[in-house]
This record gives sequence, structure tokens and C-alpha cells, in this order.
Amino acid sequence: MTRKQKLVVIGNGMAPGRMLEHLFETAPDAFEVTIFNAEPRVNYDRIMLSPVLSGEKAFEDIIIHGDGWYIDHGVILYKGHKVVAIDRQARTVTSEHGEVAAYNKLVIATGSSPFIIPVPGHDLPGVLTYRDLDDVEAMLLAAQSRGKAVVIGGGLLGLEAAAGLKERGMDVTVIHLMPTLMERQLDPAAGYLLEQELERRGIRVVTKASTKRILGEEKVEGIELEDGRIIDASLVVMAVGIRPNAALAREAGLSVNRGIVVSDVMQTSDPDIYALGECVEIDGNVYGLVAPLYQMAEVAAHHLGRSGKKRFVDSSTATKLKVTGINLYSAGDFAEAQDREEIVLRDAAAGVYKRLVLKDNRIIGAVLYGETADGAWFYDHLKKQTDISEMRETLIFGQAYQGGSQMDPLAAVAALPDDAEICGCNGVCKSKITSVITSKGLTGLDDVRAHTKASASCGTCTGLVEQLLVLTLGDAYNPAAVPPICGCTDLGHDDVRRLIKAKHLKSIPAVMQELEWKTSCGCAKCRPALNYYLVCDWPDDYADDYQSRFINERVHANIQKDGTYSVVPRMWGGVTSSSELRAIADVVDKFNIPTVKVTGGQRIDMLGIRKEDLPAVWADLGKAGFVSGQAYAKGLRTVKTCVGADWCRFGTQDSTGLGIKLEKFMWGSWTPAKLKMAVSGCPRNCAEATCKDIGVICVDSGYEIHFAGAAGLDIKGTEILGHVKTEDEVMEHVVALAQMYREQGRYLERIYKWAKRIGLDEIRSQIMEQPDKRKAYYDRFVFSQKFAQVDPWSERVSGKDKHEFNPMATLSLEAAE
Amino acid sequence: MNAMSQTWIRIGKLTDIPRRGSRCIRNGEMSIAVFRTVDDRIFALEDTCPHGNGPLSQGIIHDGCVTCPLHNWVISLETGLAQGADEGRTRTFPVKREGEDILLSLGTSE
Repeated sequence: MTRKQKLVVIGNGMAPGRMLEHLFETAPDAFEVTIFNAEPRVNYDRIMLSPVLSGEKAFEDIIIHGDGWYIDHGVILYKGHKVVAIDRQARTVTSEHGEVAAYNKLVIATGSSPFIIPVPGHDLPGVLTYRDLDDVEAMLLAAQSRGKAVVIGGGLLGLEAAAGLKERGMDVTVIHLMPTLMERQLDPAAGYLLEQELERRGIRVVTKASTKRILGEEKVEGIELEDGRIIDASLVVMAVGIRPNAALAREAGLSVNRGIVVSDVMQTSDPDIYALGECVEIDGNVYGLVAPLYQMAEVAAHHLGRSGKKRFVDSSTATKLKVTGINLYSAGDFAEAQDREEIVLRDAAAGVYKRLVLKDNRIIGAVLYGETADGAWFYDHLKKQTDISEMRETLIFGQAYQGGSQMDPLAAVAALPDDAEICGCNGVCKSKITSVITSKGLTGLDDVRAHTKASASCGTCTGLVEQLLVLTLGDAYNPAAVPPICGCTDLGHDDVRRLIKAKHLKSIPAVMQELEWKTSCGCAKCRPALNYYLVCDWPDDYADDYQSRFINERVHANIQKDGTYSVVPRMWGGVTSSSELRAIADVVDKFNIPTVKVTGGQRIDMLGIRKEDLPAVWADLGKAGFVSGQAYAKGLRTVKTCVGADWCRFGTQDSTGLGIKLEKFMWGSWTPAKLKMAVSGCPRNCAEATCKDIGVICVDSGYEIHFAGAAGLDIKGTEILGHVKTEDEVMEHVVALAQMYREQGRYLERIYKWAKRIGLDEIRSQIMEQPDKRKAYYDRFVFSQKFAQVDPWSERVSGKDKHEFNPMATLSLEAAE
Repeated sequence: MNAMSQTWIRIGKLTDIPRRGSRCIRNGEMSIAVFRTVDDRIFALEDTCPHGNGPLSQGIIHDGCVTCPLHNWVISLETGLAQGADEGRTRTFPVKREGEDILLSLGTSE
């Protein structure tokens, strides 16, 4: 086998992400891929930032490739590494942190930067651009003041920012240089209607306005226009355009004009270096919309993987504004000219405006406002250059009026030709969607998105895709359907949990039999879930099915990439002693343990232990009083603490003592996903309790109980459950909350996701306001702990599961080749 | 070794392996995973996943397959082939039962 070539990608936006998807599909073994991402995160859907700003989506909803995707494809991803130099002689790139990577092929996808108008005051704090998640977070922070905002720029991005900020409670003014809004996508009439609509929503629009300077001493206080008008603002967002990031390529000596110059197969002037996305220039054009960028991605992947001969072709793309409640669609060329005709439909009362621009009886441009359902149909005719003279009289009324009778929306979709484009962002046509639904047996929107990408970017074609599902599947398509646990069943997690209780199912074979599992013994997805539900619901009756546990929970240690294990003993509340440390040191020496590491949960991890040595390691640790830290468990992990009132001059309560008490009470309990806790002794929060699954912050008047934080793939501050006065109350509330989560959470669903699904108010009401419910949860937890609090290490030292740790036989024979 | 005949080595008893479980055979540097399914069929595979060399013996066993503990690839116990969209193959070894005894051959099973 030939060795894999090294492919280095600079940039981790949507274009290179899509390119790698194509490449892994068409030439999976061709390259070993390294990505440098200047942003400290994974690949996400940048065009969905507006719904994040307006609060309709969360960041986790717009991630395209989670960390797992990079791991699965063996991609090395350097997050937060900006590449500062390309050495074309040595064929290496160097990041600002000094990381050097060699390449056979290099892809530059550095994207673009927002253009900053160089007026006085442009560098004041409070002047932002709108480009990435950091910008959105900065805007959200600014919006908390409910103050005044000015958005400079009335194009797509500017208007989405304005609508989002308004949604967040700010008083918003849009400043636009041109006479009408979105003049690149809309004609003046539609621009005017849009302006009316925004004004109606309370967004002020000032057109023909040029910014003279931004006012303020320490931070932004307002802006001054050329005509002398002054508008107060505590936040100014500049959304006046983008410019390609080409500096790195220029310094490397590549040919650069406005953007990095590439051929129609995305090659730069150096044939081993490709470039794509917003940073490139093809045939004099630069691109900012997603559809052409995805086309570039496909072309580059085909060329790199030598799997096709596609070339980039410039084509018109359709535009939509992602502001809820505003329907707007434009495509093609709609400037007026001698040889062009137009058909216009206006309905002032309904706020509808439609305009088609025709040339030689063919549609070359379309602008729709207020009613956009026919956008795809017009666009289809535009792309196909259909001669419309036959239907010219009724063309503007849309597809429903062709062929006489009115069509319902479903019939309209059914009537679309097979090659009609459904998803403009990803270039997916109707027949591709319907054929994949049939051939792969897809049943829902998420499936279609996973297999075809249709409606997976901006999402405006979601309705069309759903209608295709209805057309293809008939009544079998149920949009509200809950996804099943896995392919072994049609039931979702909640139904299975409910039926386990209702039917008194007390073993995995019983569940599979009664609930009509489709496989004989389940799979690696459903068996661990069922095992947890049974452990949780029948603590005294159910015998844990050890073969249905993930290896870590089966051998009570954490498997590492080389097949060795790591061992973490409990250090209650993060407190240890000289004798404990000495015992650990002795174990490390005796078993030649290669790495000893302090964990984030305030304890000590010993890594690189051979499986056969585990029982002996545990035996020695056990003699020193250690028990398993369950660092491998979907269960209680650590309770992190600060030193609290015992030592700290700011401490208000005994946070260390409370943490130890909680850990000693709750250890051994299994939960749907891992459960990490912390207790901080004062609001300075040194134990970082506000990003934990459950956290306690001690204050003078008692204890604040927090929950539903996250600091992993997602980062999320906790929500406040409530305030209590005594340690005993903390115990009761925290334990009751944990039990409520244990009983309702879906397997592998962290507490913050469960809380989002159930509703914070419901949880607060049950735990804080209904003492009977709280007490019942608490009692059920205490009952289950009677069976759970058995140290798994000492059990195994005494001989349990002995076969697990020894080879069955040792041979010394040559294997035949 | 004579190519015409296979040498069978007795490696242990059926009851040494739990149902839906696996035990390892050490042979020098190589580790061979011996699996027992829910219906008492026995299979032997080299103990490395074609994806990232994960120890398949540590995976969850279901319906004639094992799911690798490192990144959830699913490998057929019978053919050693990766299932679903993944591509790759783990070496398999012939095994047979004589009563309660399990016998393994180190000739390749193709």
C-alpha cells in the first residue's frame, strides 16, 4: 500500500469542511489530514449565526462537525492555531504557537474579514463586526444592557443583526449608504417594502446616510452622520461587507488580486496549493454566499482525490433573508435594460410584490416579497432557460395557476420536475432526495439532512424537504415521531422507560421480548441504555448485566488508545494526605506506571496500566483505604471543592466538608450520563461550580444550588435551582434533583440537555416548591444507594470477574501467513 | 507447517468465556480475541480493530458482531469485515468445538 499523502488545511469554515466530506467519501485513504483553525472551536454553520443571535437556536444546534467527526476520520485539528507562515520550499506551515506541519498538498481556506470603515472612533470598545461566534457572543453581552444599537449596513448580514438585536430587547437603528435596503439582491420596490416592515417592527432605518465618525471617549456613545445628525448608541455593529483574507497567501508569494487567484479547479499559482472559499478570486469574481462555496468544495475535493473532472462554473444563486416572519426571495439579474421586459404583481393590502425580469421569453431574474412559495419554481425555469411564452399570461401567479386548477402546496411539490433544485445552499435536487429516502429507508428530516445535506444549512427549504418526505413515504412519515433508541426498535427512550415501569419488565431479555426488539440481542447502543434503565428502576431486583456495559464500566478503569487502562481512586472532595500520596507513589513504582496526572476533578490519575495488573494495583490501593473513583462511570464522578471557611479569608461556609459529605452520600450511584459536582465557599467560585452538572455556591445567608452547567463539547453556565439555609437542606435538594434526573434522563443525556427538554420551571417547581415530591425522590435515591454503594475494586480484588483480567491461554506458535 | 493439514490447538473450555463475552489468547506479540455469542457460537479474531487498532476483545458483543471500544466500529465476528459505512478487515482464525473444548488454528481462515 502506498503511504498516505499529507494534506494540510488552513481554516476550518464551511467550505473546507464540505471539501473534506467529499474527499473522505470519494478518496477515503488518500490523505492524512491536519487542520489549523484560528477559531478555538469545531466547524459550525456560519449562516445560522443569525438565529443564534435572535435566540431561536443555540450554538450546539449549528455545529456541523462535532469533535467526534475529526476523531473518526483521523483528522488532527489544531483549534485556536492561526497559521502565520507558509514555506513553499520546505513545504511546511507554521502556526503562531510554533506548531509546524509538513504537507504534500496544502489547502488555504482563510475566509474573509469584515470590512471596517476607517472613520474616527472605529476602534472604540463597543464597535463590533458580525462574522463569527465571538461577535455574536459580544453582541449578546452588549444586548443585556437593553440599550441602543446602531447597525451600519443594510445588506443581508446587517439586517439579520438588526433583527436579532431587536429581538434581544435593544433599540435598533440601521444606517445604510444606498437609497434602498439590500440593493444587491432587491429592486427598489421590494427594498421599500422591506424598510416598511422593519419600521413596523420598531427598527429605525436611515437610508442615504454616510457615517462621519463614531463618538465616545472610553467606549462607544453614538455616531455622527455626514449631515450632522447624531444617533446615540452603546453598541455599533459594522456590516458593510467582507474582504478576502489573502495576506498569508500573498506573503507566500502566491498570485493575489482582490482574493487569492485560483483556476476553475481551485489551484493557486503553485500547483500543490489549493484555495477555496471567501478568500479566493475566480475569473475576477469573489464569492460570499454558501452555494458557490460548496461548489468550490466539491471541485477541490474531486481534483485533490483525482476522482472527477468537475470545474467551477459561475451561476446565479438565490438569496433569502433569515429573519422570522419576513418572506423575501431573489435570484438572478433584475436590473432594467433595453432588451428586457418585466412582469410585476403588487398586492398592497397583503404586502405582496413579485417581479420577474424576462429576456427573449426566458426568466433571467426574480424578486419576490411577502409570498415566496413559488421561488423555487421560478428559479428552476431561470436555470433551465425555459421558454415561458406559453404560460406568460399566468406566469406571475405561480405554479398553482399553470394547468388550470389550483394546486395545494403538496401537489405543487409533486409537480416539480426531478431535477428541480430543492436546497440551494447545497445544490440538492428533488430526485436525489426522493431516491435516497427510498434506497436508504429514511424516515425523518434529520436522516435526509445526514444523507443529502438538503435543508442542513440555512434551513429555509425545510418545508419542501418535509413535503418530499410526505410524498415519498405517505402516512408512514410522522414529523412528530420520536427517534428510536437505535435500529433494534421503533421505540424512543421515553417510551421504553415508561413501558419498563408499566409492564414491570425486569431484565434485558424481558424488555426485548415484550417490546418486540427487532434483533436477537440488541446492539452496543441499546443494551447499555436498557441496562441503566433497569438498574435505576429496579435497584433491588435487577442483576446488572455486565456484558451490556461499556468496557470501562465492566472493568472499572478507563481504556486508553493503546488498550492499557488508567486508574483514578477517590479523593473525597479533593482532599488527600501524606499516607495516601505515599501509597500512590509506591503503586506507581511497583507497577512501573508510566504517567501520573492530576485530573481536572481534583484527584490523581495513573495511566498506562496493563489490564492484567489492574486487580493487583487495586489491592495495593485498597490497603491504603482507596476506593474506585468511578472516573469511568455514567454515574457520580467528582465533587470538586475549594478550601472554604476552614482556611480561606473569604470563605462563608465549610465548602470542603459539604463537598465530602455530598460525595460520600452519592458515590456509586449510576446516572444517565456522567455527573460532576462542585461546592464553592463563596461567590468567587474557586471550585468552578457554575459550569458543573450540579453546583453549590456558599453565601453568608446559606447556599445557592445550581445545576445544568456544561464545560465540555458545549460550554454553558449553570441555572439556579434555588436558595436554601442549611447543609441538610442542600443534601435533600441536591439528592432529589439527582434522582429526578436519574428517573427521567435518557441514557447519555447530560443534565443540561435533560433540563432543557423538561423545562427549568418544571424542575424548580418539583424540587423547590413541592416538599412531598422532593422527599419521595430523596427516599428513592437513598433506597437505591443501599445496593449501589459497593466498591467495585475490592469486589474484584476478592475474585469477582477473574476471567476478565487474565488471558485464557498463552501460546508460542508462528501464525501461518 | 504442512499446508495440507491444519494444526488445532486446545485453548480452553466453552465455559471459560462468558456468553456475549470474550477472552484473549496471547501468542508472542500477537493477541487473539476468542468470542462467545449469546447462542454459544465461537469465533476468533486478531485483537485489533482495522480502524485504530482498538482491542476488539474489550467491545460489546451483539448479533454476530463486536463494537470496538475505542470509536464504535462494528466488526463481523464471522468475516472480520467492518460493517455499515466503514471499510476494513480484521484477520480471523479458524476455531472449532470438540464437546466443551475450544480448538484454535493459526492458519488463516479465508
